[in-house]
Amino acid sequence: MTIRGLLSATALVALPVAAMAQDLPPCENCANSMTVVSWGGAYQTSQIKAYAEPYAAMTGVSFTWDESSNEAVAKLRAMNEAGNITWDLVDVEGPDSQRLCDEGLAMEVDIDEILAAGDDGSTPREDFADSVVNDCYIPQIVFSTTFGYRTNVAEWEGRTPDNLCALFDLENFPGKRSLEKRPKKNIEWALLCDGVEKDDLYDVLSTQEGVERALAKLDTIKSETIWWSAGAETPQRLADGEVVMGSTYNGRLFSVIVEQNQPVDMLWDWQVFDFDGWIIPEGLPEDRLNRVLHFLHFATDTQRLADQAKYISYGPARASSQPLVSTHADLGVEMAPHMPTNPENQKNYLVNNIEWWADNQDDVEARFQAWLAQ
Amino acid sequence: MTEATRTGPMLAADGTPLKRSLQRALRAQKLRALMLIAPLLAFILVTFVAPIADMLFRSVENQIVSDTLPRTAQAIRGWDHNSGEPPGDDVLAAFTIDMIAAVERKQHTRLGTRLNYEQNGLSSLFRKTGRGVADIGETYRDQFAALDPAWKDAGIWANLFADPSWRADHDAWEAARAAARTAGRPFAEPVPAFRLNDDLADVLPETADAYLDFARAVQGNRNGDPAARAPWPPVYLALYRDLTAIGVGRIATLDAEAQALLDPAHYAVRSFERADLAAIYRDIDRAWGQPTVWATIQTFSPAYTPGYFLTAVDLKQTPDGIVSQPADQKIYIMLFQRTLVMSLAIMAACVLLGYPIAFLLANLPLRTSNLLLILVLLPFWTSLLVRTSAWKVLLQQQGVINDILVWIGIVDNAGRLILINNQTGTIIAMTHILLPFMILPLYSVMKTIPPSYVRAAKSLGATNWTAFWRVYFPQSVPGIGAGCILVFILAIGYYITPELVGGTSGTFISNRIAYHISSSLNWGLAAALGTILLAVVLALYWTYDRLVGIDKVNLG
Repeated sequence: MTIRGLLSATALVALPVAAMAQDLPPCENCANSMTVVSWGGAYQTSQIKAYAEPYAAMTGVSFTWDESSNEAVAKLRAMNEAGNITWDLVDVEGPDSQRLCDEGLAMEVDIDEILAAGDDGSTPREDFADSVVNDCYIPQIVFSTTFGYRTNVAEWEGRTPDNLCALFDLENFPGKRSLEKRPKKNIEWALLCDGVEKDDLYDVLSTQEGVERALAKLDTIKSETIWWSAGAETPQRLADGEVVMGSTYNGRLFSVIVEQNQPVDMLWDWQVFDFDGWIIPEGLPEDRLNRVLHFLHFATDTQRLADQAKYISYGPARASSQPLVSTHADLGVEMAPHMPTNPENQKNYLVNNIEWWADNQDDVEARFQAWLAQ
Repeated sequence: MTEATRTGPMLAADGTPLKRSLQRALRAQKLRALMLIAPLLAFILVTFVAPIADMLFRSVENQIVSDTLPRTAQAIRGWDHNSGEPPGDDVLAAFTIDMIAAVERKQHTRLGTRLNYEQNGLSSLFRKTGRGVADIGETYRDQFAALDPAWKDAGIWANLFADPSWRADHDAWEAARAAARTAGRPFAEPVPAFRLNDDLADVLPETADAYLDFARAVQGNRNGDPAARAPWPPVYLALYRDLTAIGVGRIATLDAEAQALLDPAHYAVRSFERADLAAIYRDIDRAWGQPTVWATIQTFSPAYTPGYFLTAVDLKQTPDGIVSQPADQKIYIMLFQRTLVMSLAIMAACVLLGYPIAFLLANLPLRTSNLLLILVLLPFWTSLLVRTSAWKVLLQQQGVINDILVWIGIVDNAGRLILINNQTGTIIAMTHILLPFMILPLYSVMKTIPPSYVRAAKSLGATNWTAFWRVYFPQSVPGIGAGCILVFILAIGYYITPELVGGTSGTFISNRIAYHISSSLNWGLAAALGTILLAVVLALYWTYDRLVGIDKVNLG
């Protein structure tokens, strides 16, 4: 037995009874440490609190966190080429997982086999439903990109935006807007407000004129738009009064509105869902892979995903976790109304068509950049 | 001295010619110098030059197509992309074998991503085709199996196609495994690497080739045993094609065992129901029924491609030659121009702002100048991101500068200046960030200019301006040169500041490079853009050397 093994064995003995009550199956031939990659910040903290700390307390496994999710795909490709995979588990968004899966950099998994069934008895595949976007993906949370607006704009004369298309309504809602410097989401929103039905979106976009039509709609507010490339920019601009409305991630708006009490409110109309989840790098040695699978079984069960919502306003990807979502760990705010997956917030929503974007990203991006530069 | 010694080579004391002796001494000296820098040189070569060279090499590298689709790349050469028809059965059969092998190695989606850079839609097309390709050839498999159930037997296939020596090795391996199993010992010995039977490969070239890929894939994938798995359906397609192509005499050259299996099959294939490959591919996706996709594969099948460089200058490689990108997608030339023009503007702003400060620093009493120098260096030591964010606070429309201007009454509240998220923002923030790189070389050069020269000029009747312009300034030019080169080269590759304060009109080419490295993963294009940027910098450096002379540059 290695020194580390001894340590973890003594840690096990010393554990309080409460933690032991949670019976974790033993892990055979498993590594004693894990390198987990995530986004840093509040989101990573929520993962540490909800899954990693309880797991470490029960098993004595040591975690190393790497805040590289932003460039995970590029780094994993480089690691793969160098033949030295140093990461055990990587947190990525849906489209990135598709890329990793396509490139053979992420391991294909059968989630019904490796994950726990839902508390309500549903199989993982039923429980995670739409969030399983490909064969490599193990979803955790649903987040959305949506709109925040200032509540004290004098020129609006008391009107408040109640739907997405207020974005394009410069007459009733004058002022600067903040939008992401990428075509994704923007062109879908533009088409929705140009009268395209949700179901027809990608059919329209696939035609020659589709993208042009979306850009023409965006043209109407182009002069009033400031573009962002980091998620923190819109909340900052809203708080500073630099813009009157803008798109960003719902968790960011939660912190501006609830935690910082700024004169800002948010719209859930046509929020664009995206998923955040784990992928396992292809080519892990057996003991590390065993450890990762053992951890994942624990970290993605119904209770753990519900626990995560105590620390961040992103919705659990499991349907069975929804009823267990409780209050914020520090603020004591009821979290359910702030979840993108809350039925009340989910009346109109979009999910990006990952396949369409994988095919068309290059051209649309080039077209969009050229349009921005005009 | 005699005539002979005067015209002959000059000799050193030991009798060797002086020139050679001198060279030897110098060589030893050079070698010693080289030994001294060797660790650093090796370090730089390994950690800096080699990775960059490797990265730049990706701008032309295109092996992925011919590595993933070797048979297709070969077969499609003869196809005329202007024929209006997709390629025939030979190419389709080759493509089927290539694809199934690629699917097994999970390479087909990677290839799809690569080819999607050239033509939209290929990414999902390859993913979709990868799911369907394993079924192609099933009709033949069933027909062969109906003829003789032996054709479904993995062991018989392996026996037929393997070299006799491999069969012997394999038998020994199986015996060892059986022995271990009865003794209850763990057995982790890998299956011996598959070797092909050359005689059979002569007679049935396509099938042998496909089977070899199959055996390798099985062995590569968690060390499986080819003799324990029936081949992929596409291998039966290859067998059918081989058997319909050869005469009966070829089979007679094989051993009796193979003849017993192949003779009836050879006779029977003539009456086999044929699978229409073109129709099968059209069913998978109608894109395969059109020549465009095939033309893209054909165009990009060579191992090296100018494609990335062409894209980097807003051109495009098509089967019919090089064409210009559609006007509404041209961005790179414009970005290169913008990067150069703005870097020059930033450089000029740095000279204008830095020169007086450096002059003050060099000419004030030491105590005051030290204080000033600290003021110059303080921001230099502050994090780049902090400084950039500070500029956001200052420059935005509801920011400090606009607030002050409105308060003083210079601009009115509705007409607040737009100082950020455009080129102005980038120029202001980058000038501030790069200013120390201009001031420091200027300062160290000015420090060395003796004040007596200006005094001498003045004593000879020069005005202040003449003394400065004719005497002082020319001596400070080496500092300006050094500062300009530093600032310009740093500016041209700047990335984070333009990204944060540049909005849409103030971003540089490096922002696109970063996008292609970390987001779109088009490393080839990123490498091409990087190579061009490097070439531009080197060309400008060379021009500077020709015009001003690099020896005139002085870092102090």
